[in-house]
Amino acid sequence: MSRMLEVKNLSIELERNLVLENLSFGVEPGETLVILGPNGAGKTVLLKTLLGLLPHKGTIEWRKGIKIGYVPQSLPVIKDIPMSVQDFFELENISEEETKEILKSVGIEEDALEKGINQFSSGQFQRILIGWALIGNPDVLLFDEPTTGIDIGGEETIYNLLEKLKDEKGLTMILVSHDLSVVYKFAANVLCLNKKLICTGLPKEVLTKETLGQLYGSEIKIYKHEHE
Amino acid sequence: MASFTAVKLKFINTSMNSQFIQSLIAGIFIGGLAGYLGSLMVTKKMALAGDALGHVALPGMGLALLLGIDISIGAFLSLFVGVIFIWLFGLRTALPMETLVGIVFVASLAIGFLIIPQFELVEALVGDISNVTQSMAVVSVFLSLVIFFILRKLYPGMILINISEDLAEVRGIKVKLYNLAYLLLITAVVSLGVKITGSLLVGSLLIIPAATSRNLSNNLRQYSLISIFMGLLSCIAGAFLFRYFNVPAGPAIIIVSTIFFLASLLKKK
Repeated sequence: MSRMLEVKNLSIELERNLVLENLSFGVEPGETLVILGPNGAGKTVLLKTLLGLLPHKGTIEWRKGIKIGYVPQSLPVIKDIPMSVQDFFELENISEEETKEILKSVGIEEDALEKGINQFSSGQFQRILIGWALIGNPDVLLFDEPTTGIDIGGEETIYNLLEKLKDEKGLTMILVSHDLSVVYKFAANVLCLNKKLICTGLPKEVLTKETLGQLYGSEIKIYKHEHE
Repeated sequence: MASFTAVKLKFINTSMNSQFIQSLIAGIFIGGLAGYLGSLMVTKKMALAGDALGHVALPGMGLALLLGIDISIGAFLSLFVGVIFIWLFGLRTALPMETLVGIVFVASLAIGFLIIPQFELVEALVGDISNVTQSMAVVSVFLSLVIFFILRKLYPGMILINISEDLAEVRGIKVKLYNLAYLLLITAVVSLGVKITGSLLVGSLLIIPAATSRNLSNNLRQYSLISIFMGLLSCIAGAFLFRYFNVPAGPAIIIVSTIFFLASLLKKK
């Protein structure tokens, strides 16, 4: 099977600042890739470029015919609009049945359908956003900064949910995070980024003292790896 | 002689009645439409755009009054020229759009004041629905319906763009095209609205009903419906105040809709 995504010699310049330089990587079907880096490393820019939202040099090739779902970091304006969960899903013209099914799969109760979108906690809202990205059954999910918190009253974190969705739907996932623990929570491939590619591969192999120093600054000295 | 006067009075009365009905009909359709469009503008935090554009319409309205043509046509042309100027300025300077709009809008206001004769100035500024002719009323209804159906078609996409342009783009919505259509629709509705409330007050026709509705509604359907309803209700009330108390309709409409807004504040959040 061919790769889901093939990126070659990607450079991104925004307002005459070189944000990312000469980046090449690929994503296999079913893979989970975490794009890791400190704030300002260009992670969100990379994600938006992969989505086709920003101008770039180099090539970005998605496998033909695949559908992409996008979960943005936040949607601040949405709380200013009087809108129920159902309204939000109906913007995409899907039936109530489908909406209910999707909500169930992301752990939101059915009776939330009529509830105002501004009445949810940030954790629940993120679930709704994931659900929304699942409309139309995407093959790949692009996710900007999943929260690391646990929902109050629920032991299932966003990560458990993503693992579950991955298993059920065979999704390929590309996540952006500044949080190192995300990489270990997912047995994922990692792409460390700080303006340029610093390392790529399996976390255990590529996340060394040196690469982490390059990534987060040399003041990081101690790094514990719990699984060893 | 007495009977002749009676006939004449009756004639004036019926012609005034049909005049009133024409004004009322134009008000209902344009007011409802403005409320509907306003519901999008308030969510996009563009509430004041209608105000600014209302002022940009003034020079064209002045010319229309001088030439004796429909002021909406003048307003539309003026707005079209104004928007092109704003766009051209944008190409030449890095100043924010808001500043450029500000410049074009005060310049238009000044030009408007200079070219509109004193007598017609008030009409241009606050509107005069008693000037609505039969053909104007028919055209207003027709255009209002056309614009309404276009808006209804674009509404979900526009809401999604308001929420997040990125998300909309990923979902395959042509954001630039939508934004252009949006600007044109605002221009068209402002051009129609100046007939009812004049250049100075047309912005409130867009903002206040939507703001009231925002306070009262829990979902999108209620939001747009209440916006429409508030818009047309204010226009009906304004027209009646004009008819029976001889209050200028434009200001009356805005005051009525402000009262609705104040009432909506009573609803607990």
